[in-house]
Amino acid sequence: MKAAKISNFPVLDEQKIHYLDNAATTQKPGCVITAAANYYRQHNANPMRGLYALSIAATDAYEKARQSVADFVHAADSREIIFTRNATESLNLVASSYGSMALSEGDEIIVTIVEHHSNFLPWQQAAKRAGAKVVFFECEQDGTLSIETFRSLLNERTKIVAMTQLSNVFGRSYDVKAFAAAAHEAGAVFVCDGAQSVPHMPVDVQELDVDFLAFSGHKMYAPMGIGVLYGKAALLEEMPPFLYGGEMIEYVTREGATYAELPHKFEAGTVNVGGAVGLDEAIAFMHRIGWEKIIKSEDDLTVYAFEKMQQIPHIHIIGSSDPLEHHGILTFTIDGVHPHDVAAIFDSEDVAVRAGHHCAQPLHKHLGLFSTTRASLAFYNTKEDVDAFIDCLASIRGRMGYE
Amino acid sequence: MSKTFYNEILTDHNVNPTHKHSIEGANFSLEGVNPSCGDDIVLSLKVEDGIITDGGYEGDGCAISQASADMMLDLVIGKSKEEALRLSDIFLRMIKDEITEEEKEELEEAGVLEDVSHMPARVKCAVLGWHTMEEMLAE
Repeated sequence: MKAAKISNFPVLDEQKIHYLDNAATTQKPGCVITAAANYYRQHNANPMRGLYALSIAATDAYEKARQSVADFVHAADSREIIFTRNATESLNLVASSYGSMALSEGDEIIVTIVEHHSNFLPWQQAAKRAGAKVVFFECEQDGTLSIETFRSLLNERTKIVAMTQLSNVFGRSYDVKAFAAAAHEAGAVFVCDGAQSVPHMPVDVQELDVDFLAFSGHKMYAPMGIGVLYGKAALLEEMPPFLYGGEMIEYVTREGATYAELPHKFEAGTVNVGGAVGLDEAIAFMHRIGWEKIIKSEDDLTVYAFEKMQQIPHIHIIGSSDPLEHHGILTFTIDGVHPHDVAAIFDSEDVAVRAGHHCAQPLHKHLGLFSTTRASLAFYNTKEDVDAFIDCLASIRGRMGYE
Repeated sequence: MSKTFYNEILTDHNVNPTHKHSIEGANFSLEGVNPSCGDDIVLSLKVEDGIITDGGYEGDGCAISQASADMMLDLVIGKSKEEALRLSDIFLRMIKDEITEEEKEELEEAGVLEDVSHMPARVKCAVLGWHTMEEMLAE
């Protein structure tokens, strides 16, 4: 494990903070901040029209970012990459557009109980609009999802399956390739939430054979406000637009319109070029660090933290008893202490953690919990960050008046 | 946040509350919920001839919400409805950082929650019991 902190993350370098809320958003490296700023300093113009050199430069920067994203998730074609604001918007796009096309009364959408609200509420709404039904695919207490249970839920009415590749509560990853194959056998489309997985493991959409994959730039070192929807071209071609307006049309008349080709059909209005350029640089940054180093650092830190947490009485880690099944996400409860008090005490020691239901209320209810505290690691965290977390954690019950 | 925010007074009211129980013969009862922390209490008061003669709360929540409700009941039991509402007004203004030292003294132990005025995420926890009482007595 590295002793030295990975520098050039201005927030981490300049502020006194042990930042352990990486599943919520990561800090941004200097190169990403500079790349986004330089776009606005040097190339800013409204892209896509291309009637002058500056606008062509902006368009080129934006389309280069799209190609980088396509390469990053191994999409066959950059037209399959739609830029959105974030994973939430990507999932809303699919639920609204594909949902309106594919769902009829009596149809079923399978959603796992593990999902973040962003991969549940859009389906709840799509189901209401179509008179369809949301079918819950429940997990075991340790977060595992059984393929046998899944198969038993599939039937000829199943049109859509919505599943995360990595739980933001358990940190557990799921074999979406197997689940997608089973969904396809039943004739359903598979929508994968990659918000937590894409930043922490190589993802190959062709190998997994998912129909849609949603993720956010801001959880992978890029600016906030840029997200991605990958979709298979054949599906995206058939789907109606999500938002209507500028930049997404071929021809507009008083009575109607013909819409632009992919991917522009789904990118109404002026797009977020600065964010896309930042995401492009974030991907380049991740390549420079390398998956091997990212994964090793995150696994080593997770094991180190997990083993120390297990030695503290009254701490209960949610999910697997194997730290390597946590992917940097350690969600826990402390007997007798409310998670918001826990987070406030961590804050007093400059340790940033998340407390609450982590946008997964149905999951917490399923587990019989109201809320939990979550520490989530990124490769740039250090042993010192974990030590600060553990030292504070061990003191919390004492500070709250327990023996 | 001050390192001593979770002081002995606060943690003692949370871990060993005086008033966390049901009230026999209560004539006022109302549920108060703070969805952000998941604090959920049912406050009950027994009011006779305009005087709060007994009170209690039940439920779950963070230490701030629970201790605040317990300290509130310490303060208002034995007082008139009007006096309880006057003290509640002082407490709610304290959380907005809008009171004098003399007013704070009237709140007795509940004054330890003054620092919540600098913790925006926790304001709703601190005021839960007080808001619930105000709503109940205003009816």
